[in-house]
Amino acid sequence: MKGDGETMYKKVPLYAMLVALAMIFSYVEALLPISFGVPGMKLGLANLIVVIGLYLLKPGEVLLISVLRIVLVGYLFGNGMSIVYSLAGGLLSFVLMTLLQKIKGFSMIGVSIAGGVSHNVGQLLVAALVLESGAVFYYAPVLLIAGLVTGTLIGIIAGRIVKEVKKGSRQLFD
Amino acid sequence: MKKKDIILIVLVLLLAGGLFLWRQMAGAKEGAAVRVTVNGEVYGVYSLLEPQDIVIDTELGHNLLQIRDGKAVMVEADCPDGYCRQQSSIRHNHQTIVCLPHKIVAEVVGSGTSTDEQIPDVVAK
Repeated sequence: MKGDGETMYKKVPLYAMLVALAMIFSYVEALLPISFGVPGMKLGLANLIVVIGLYLLKPGEVLLISVLRIVLVGYLFGNGMSIVYSLAGGLLSFVLMTLLQKIKGFSMIGVSIAGGVSHNVGQLLVAALVLESGAVFYYAPVLLIAGLVTGTLIGIIAGRIVKEVKKGSRQLFD
Repeated sequence: MKKKDIILIVLVLLLAGGLFLWRQMAGAKEGAAVRVTVNGEVYGVYSLLEPQDIVIDTELGHNLLQIRDGKAVMVEADCPDGYCRQQSSIRHNHQTIVCLPHKIVAEVVGSGTSTDEQIPDVVAK
């Protein structure tokens, strides 16, 4: 953000739109009556926005959108602690995804898998710290596999969306 | 899908598989008791063999853990998310039910047959 009038005028609505979209995903996910019987297991739909963002925006912009989403959703539907869990998962997955993106040779699916898996691991770590108990790691294998599956699905969807966006409305992101 | 993606997938699968095996070794036998900890401190240990209702009232909130047919399940919780009520019942060693807002962990301890696990005194509180 250089404060350039022309860029800001385009970027602010774009950020707002993406944050709103990510918030809707979080909300939809909270509404879904899916229970896996395992603590901390989530679909991670909002991660779709982060993965797409990583391929269309600058990393700093994606981080801003991701953190805004987590804090806003936390205030609206969660509590102070849920923000901490989400932030731990969100930041860890953001760092790993940008890292994998820098290392050449991973497709969006690989990057997204890293995001899904590390998001679950991050939440598990905070849960273990808060509860002062390693008992939660009992579910680590399930959460790893879950992150793998959701990461793959989100990677495939994100890949298709990015392809279309680059083809059609590229000017939105320039 | 690229080569490194596949490597990553295999690594995650191996890690999950390894952790799973390690967990099984640690004891998948049916447990003898449920240990409830609040904020890292032991609240009580309850036998899985007898049906009982365990009320866990702390300054953080109210929970009710129910033991029936050798299984424990969280049936009441006044936390905002209520995820603990959705978690599966537990009966095998090291299985847990976690209530994060109330900092409660219910973990199955002391398998009936193994001796490597230190079996705490089973007291019905």
